[in-house]
Amino acid sequence: MSLLSLKGVTCRFGGITALNNLTLDLPAGAITGVIGPNGAGKTTLFNCITGAYRPSEGEISLRGESLLGLPPHRIARRGIARTFQNIRLFPSMTVWEHLMVVQRGGGLRAALAPLSLSGDTPRRRAEQALERFGLAPFRDRLATTLPYGVMRRVELARALTAEPALLLLDEPVAGMNHEEAAGVASLLQGLVAEGLTLLLIEHDMGFVEHLCDRVHVLDFGTLIASGTPAEVRRIPAVIDAYLGVEA
Amino acid sequence: MISSYAAGLLAEIGIASIAALSVHLILAVGQLSLGNAAFMACGAYTASVLSVEHAVPIPLAIAAGAVVSGVLGLIVGFPALRLRGIYLAMATLGFGEMTRSFFLSLDATGGAAGYSGMQRVSLIGIWAWALPLLVLVLIAERSRLWLALNAVRDDETAARLLGLNTVALKLGAFTAAAALAGIAGGLFAHWHIFIEPGAFSLDRSTEMVLAVVLGGSTVALGPFFGAAALALAPEALRFIADWRLAAFGALLIVILLLRPQGIIDKRLLRALKP
Amino acid sequence: MLLQQLVNGLTLGAVYTLVALGFSLVMGVLGILNLAVAELFMLGGYVGLTLMLDGQPLLVGLGAAALFTGLLGVMVERVAYQPLRNAPPIAPLLSTLGFSVIFQTVATNVWGSDPLLLPPELMDERYRIGSISLGKPQLVVMATAVGLVTALALVMRHTRFGYGLRAIAENRDVARLLGVPAPLVTSGAFALSGAMAGVAGVLIGLHYGALTPFVGVEVGLKAIAVMVVGGTTSIWGVLLAGPLLGVLEVMTVAFGGAAFRDMTVYGLMILTLLLRPQGLLGRASGAQRV
Repeated sequence: MSLLSLKGVTCRFGGITALNNLTLDLPAGAITGVIGPNGAGKTTLFNCITGAYRPSEGEISLRGESLLGLPPHRIARRGIARTFQNIRLFPSMTVWEHLMVVQRGGGLRAALAPLSLSGDTPRRRAEQALERFGLAPFRDRLATTLPYGVMRRVELARALTAEPALLLLDEPVAGMNHEEAAGVASLLQGLVAEGLTLLLIEHDMGFVEHLCDRVHVLDFGTLIASGTPAEVRRIPAVIDAYLGVEA
Repeated sequence: MISSYAAGLLAEIGIASIAALSVHLILAVGQLSLGNAAFMACGAYTASVLSVEHAVPIPLAIAAGAVVSGVLGLIVGFPALRLRGIYLAMATLGFGEMTRSFFLSLDATGGAAGYSGMQRVSLIGIWAWALPLLVLVLIAERSRLWLALNAVRDDETAARLLGLNTVALKLGAFTAAAALAGIAGGLFAHWHIFIEPGAFSLDRSTEMVLAVVLGGSTVALGPFFGAAALALAPEALRFIADWRLAAFGALLIVILLLRPQGIIDKRLLRALKP
Repeated sequence: MLLQQLVNGLTLGAVYTLVALGFSLVMGVLGILNLAVAELFMLGGYVGLTLMLDGQPLLVGLGAAALFTGLLGVMVERVAYQPLRNAPPIAPLLSTLGFSVIFQTVATNVWGSDPLLLPPELMDERYRIGSISLGKPQLVVMATAVGLVTALALVMRHTRFGYGLRAIAENRDVARLLGVPAPLVTSGAFALSGAMAGVAGVLIGLHYGALTPFVGVEVGLKAIAVMVVGGTTSIWGVLLAGPLLGVLEVMTVAFGGAAFRDMTVYGLMILTLLLRPQGLLGRASGAQRV
């Protein structure tokens, strides 16, 4: 069953077509990868799904309900969370505050309750995230002062505290060493095992092959191939457009 | 019994802290208002007219003034909050001057001659508003809602994409700030028992901003401390009497250069804890 | 009567234009609002008029005012802008507000808060053209404004300094790569901005025949409205908006009452911000620089 589906999505800016007639389905509970050279439209795709851009044509729906025209925060509340290619943490906040800030639920009274009052759900959720992503040692540090790999984990944890059904990851292991990337991979697999659906953009082909069930290849805004990582590897157009250049 | 001079100072501090908190609240979403005196004027005139002409009890009149100011803030904020940074600052400055000239031309409340006839509110009456409001903001500052406001300040786009209703947060902060300024205005009117449009000029808005920048814009104790410092300074600076405003100006610049978060911030509070 | 008001409006508009150019030189190039410009306007007026009351010719008064406020402009830049140039644009706005407060206090203490009156015999020639009566002050104001604006346009178009300003306005980093000495040009922008405002201050003194320390808040700040209405990045827009708002204000006072004058001017500014943030003639892209 597909969680998210795009039909004929086209996104133009002035004379440039960033996404061209894109149709794809994301199966629930799977890890799907989007690859392609720089400027292929991968981040534009994320921006269309999350409502940052409005597609010029086409339809995007989550569980059969259209997302088009919804403001970004409503789309997020329907269950789509994301991380950013160039990490976007809040400079004034500690790690702990990052894990509290986008949580919802409990109404105004809960939202107004002091952070330090224990026992309520948001606090428990934040504590679990702290544990799970190995952030406990950095709990009260300003997030933007932490090492790069830790900042990426904070972003990931922050996105998950909103309890999304679908998580969009924009280059989650960029700039990480092999060991750190492997750590993130096993974290992600754990999340999927619990029912989360993932869509990720990544340049690291090894990471994609290791993790993704399906891969879509974008080139100049057009979908040129879809399949398992092993399948797309063998398609000549993909080798030309992407693998040939980078590998 | 405290002297009437001391009572006057304490009353000023109470009123100025509420006014400063209103600027603080807007700064929490990263915006600067140079027109909060307009909301203060609105609260002052509403409360005064109600208590003088309709014999409404003072606390009720002040609350009504807060509501009217809040509604005005909502109406003004809805279009204005599409503007940011300097552009919002300019728009609020213009709004402040427009409001002042509105009351100048409003004959029903005396125009330039001002309005009087109010009963004087007691010092305790002032602090019965100021103290709970300060505590309320101090509590709110530790909440998730306040974090959400700060998220809008830090990175509005990211906040929106992460599921925060940034429009509602900004509008809410602006409306609440307008209501706070309205309360400060109502108290001001009933303490001085005379108001005139000139009392709500750009100087007043500047003073509120000054208190926040001086005291600290990251925790509510900052504006409170800043307002107190500004009210007490004339006494301390008596030896340079006529130059005291210049001293404030210079202090504002020095603070911005050396300690942009203001004198009081979270780290200082943590360090002071036993 | 109407023509007379038109002349008065254009005179006021000429002053607005100069101060607005003072604001927009800094705003258009660096994206910050230098609130001190309004008080430099006031200080320039006092320096110029004081010298003229002392018997100095008009040109000496104008030149001294320009020099004085130009130098103060550089001081504002060094103290209130340079150290904060990487902070959010609100920070330099606040620090220049600090200078405003200082300048106003200085003027109140040096010259007192009573108006400084210009003796009527200083410039009492009047000229009649048909039914319009033109005082010498009005002629001086308009001639100076036209001269200065022309000079500024020439500087912007034909000098290395003007080229540098435009380059920095486009992109500071690229400008630097092109060899534009950014710090020098920035100081130049503040100096020029202060000088324009200072000269305008002398002119408003001549026009009204009086000056108070509050003229910066009452008249100078309205030039912000002129800048916004014209477009913060457009010199030509300001040239259009200055006379427009000057005439509009004078007409409002003549036909609607003095109380409404600030409402029209600032109302127009707010409408512009909301409906056409790039201003009458501004380019859309540069408008919402935050």
